[in-house]
Amino acid sequence: MTTKKMALIATKGTLDWAYPPFILASTAASLGWTVQVFFTFYGLQLLRKDLSAIRISPLANPAMPMPVPMPVLVQALPGMESMATMMMKNKMKSKGVASLEQLREVCIESDVKMIACQMTVDLFDFDKNDFIPQAQFGGAATFLDFAGGTDVCLYI
Amino acid sequence: MNFDKELDARGLACPLPIVKTRKALSDMASGQVLKVTATDSGSMADMAAFSEQTGNQLLSSAQQGSTYVFFLKRR
Repeated sequence: MTTKKMALIATKGTLDWAYPPFILASTAASLGWTVQVFFTFYGLQLLRKDLSAIRISPLANPAMPMPVPMPVLVQALPGMESMATMMMKNKMKSKGVASLEQLREVCIESDVKMIACQMTVDLFDFDKNDFIPQAQFGGAATFLDFAGGTDVCLYI
Repeated sequence: MNFDKELDARGLACPLPIVKTRKALSDMASGQVLKVTATDSGSMADMAAFSEQTGNQLLSSAQQGSTYVFFLKRR
């Protein structure tokens, strides 16, 4: 039984898009797979030490289940984004869904390699110290070197 | 069924039951049995997949009301 390999590319940084890469990576790692995740563009936000700024907007999210139907103009009002984020987080907690911090910790403990896109850091003038120490900085070639030999390669 | 260790994963959603099962098994010796209880409706399929992927034998899986009980043998 050879060890399976998985490569993920995480390009989004909102709360709803943060879960798929972390859940897939932590689950695959739990199954004994070798996993690498390349965080680029807005996905880089998921490697910040402080994840409290990861939010979700009700605006332009017509597929998001809402407790009450909400007109688009109302969704754009100040405070609505904070409320949507808070409600989503509370719902996840009540349903026993792990927090992003928890899932990321599982990834770190399971030796999931997390690569931060150097180009994105340069592009947005990010400070490397804002990111978790376990993140390695690299480019597309670094990642593709691994991705080319994987059983599963996903773009998120 | 006799077991050496018990893991209560009730109230936890995917992927935590699998993640915690793997962690619990890693601290056990080969041949020991882990009992896992979960309420996640996907855990039946997940445990079977976990067992097949990792080689930790799933001795039994059963549903008791809304709770699922699994016995796994550490490989």
